[in-house]
Amino acid sequence: MSNASRNNRIKDQIFKIFAIGCTFFGLLVLAVLLGDILYRGFTRIDWNFITDLPSRIPRRAGILTALFGMIWVLVLTILISFPLGIGAGIYLEEYGVKNRFARIVELNIANLAGVPSIIYGILGLQVFVRLANLGNSILAGSLTLSLLVLPIIIVSTREAIKAVPKSLREGSYAMGASKWQTISNIVLPASFGGIITGLILAMSRAIGETAPLIVVGALVYVPFIPNGPMDEFTVLPIQIFNWVTRPQSGFIINAAAAIIVLLSFTFMMNIVAVYLRNRWSKKMKF
Amino acid sequence: MKIKEKIIEAILFLCSFITILTTVGIIFVLASESYLFFKEVSIIDFFTDTQWTPLFAQKRFGILPLVTGTLLTTLIAVSVAIPVGLTIAIYLNEYAPKRFTLVVKPLLEILAAVPTVVYGFFALLFVTPLLQKFIPDLAGFNALSAGLVMGVMIIPYVSSLSEDALRAVPNSLREAAYGMGSTKLQTAFRVMVPAASSGIIVSIILAISRAVGETMIVAIAAGQEPRLTMNPLVPIETITTYIVQVSLGDVPQDSIEYRTIFAAGITLFVFTFLLNNISFYIKRKYQEKYE
Repeated sequence: MSNASRNNRIKDQIFKIFAIGCTFFGLLVLAVLLGDILYRGFTRIDWNFITDLPSRIPRRAGILTALFGMIWVLVLTILISFPLGIGAGIYLEEYGVKNRFARIVELNIANLAGVPSIIYGILGLQVFVRLANLGNSILAGSLTLSLLVLPIIIVSTREAIKAVPKSLREGSYAMGASKWQTISNIVLPASFGGIITGLILAMSRAIGETAPLIVVGALVYVPFIPNGPMDEFTVLPIQIFNWVTRPQSGFIINAAAAIIVLLSFTFMMNIVAVYLRNRWSKKMKF
Repeated sequence: MKIKEKIIEAILFLCSFITILTTVGIIFVLASESYLFFKEVSIIDFFTDTQWTPLFAQKRFGILPLVTGTLLTTLIAVSVAIPVGLTIAIYLNEYAPKRFTLVVKPLLEILAAVPTVVYGFFALLFVTPLLQKFIPDLAGFNALSAGLVMGVMIIPYVSSLSEDALRAVPNSLREAAYGMGSTKLQTAFRVMVPAASSGIIVSIILAISRAVGETMIVAIAAGQEPRLTMNPLVPIETITTYIVQVSLGDVPQDSIEYRTIFAAGITLFVFTFLLNNISFYIKRKYQEKYE
């Protein structure tokens, strides 16, 4: 073996070791992050932490209002964004594929997906909070988050519909079904798994968002449980942000404990999404 | 029957039309409020003044300190994410067994799913104290930890999209390189990476755009002191942090202080809009088609 080719082989091995190092670096940071947060916050989590109202005394403060706020926001965001997103995805994939409008919308959606989330907050502040006069309400926050997650839902709906083979549609048309009958009876059931995956990822994104809700004025201190869509609210990530920025160390422990609760939601949703995606992509081999 | 079909089509059309309204809304809101802002503040001062103090008695409106703060944290983030992310992409595609890739890729993507407020916590309370052991001069709030943590967060953006680009390169190119006696490393860097370059560049631009717009990590860990500096050890303020800071404060509506968030917002929007569209252009123009 010549010297040059031996050198090349050594370089190859060095790169391989470096690359394995890089791969595990990312995973290691994730592990350290989770370990640090569990270590700080795990013992703080008990039933009282879940059911207590906020308080100026760290040991007495709980996340009840933030949890209720989060559930309210999530439910409203689902009600607003799911039908809009799925509807838009169906239109772009089934009706408007070839026309100019669809091309503009496609470029536009790609652009919207790249707009920083805080810009959505500014849009929501001006349009929903002020112009529509909704105030710092759950509804204003949910509308803002709905616009934010629409691109995710539309893109995944389109991908899922695109994967449905043409032969299924043609079969339906041959039986005399109309376009909408074909879509609602054949295309949507066949693409259900893929659409659901996108919806869950959109939900996971929505519960973790902080910045746009701060801009639309989600209150940092809410001493009551919201009762309706027009009430003021706070959510878990904003509660965490608030506690992190307090000087007392008791609030840091609270923040870590609240992060554990938030991450359990996020991870659960992502695991379900990955599971459904894998199951569906196995099933979808026509 | 016909009418029902038409109505459904119209409803679905309106659903997709909302995305257009969103874009128009963003541009209109940012532009109209910024217009009112620039009626009171000269646009030349905005781009040349070196101080940003709209919330103080002595008001100065120079966006430069916020822009350098944003660029500094972005620069630190991408200098972590690009080398690490690209190396991971090459490793997973050229070296690693398929099974390993199937397990590691979703695990890495968890990094992008963790809410950013969690990363902010980690940067402020774990990374900064850790770095202070090695760099005694490091301030409690600084661009360095925020940037490093942000870099880790965007690793999966670079690695996943670059891996997709590398995977799209046909196997025949790889086999040809092996046939010439190349090692895996030579094949990767002299054949595969150049062939996938447009996709890789797109992934890098998207990662930069993500870092520029990132809010919570910098709002928690990088400080709230607009400062015209490239020193990563001191507190700074990014454009996004400033918007959060004003939103949390008690600024009267329709005041000049209130309008600063729109002027800052439009600056941020223009940055990310340009980056995104450059990446679309590259994707369309230079994407090599192997059929």
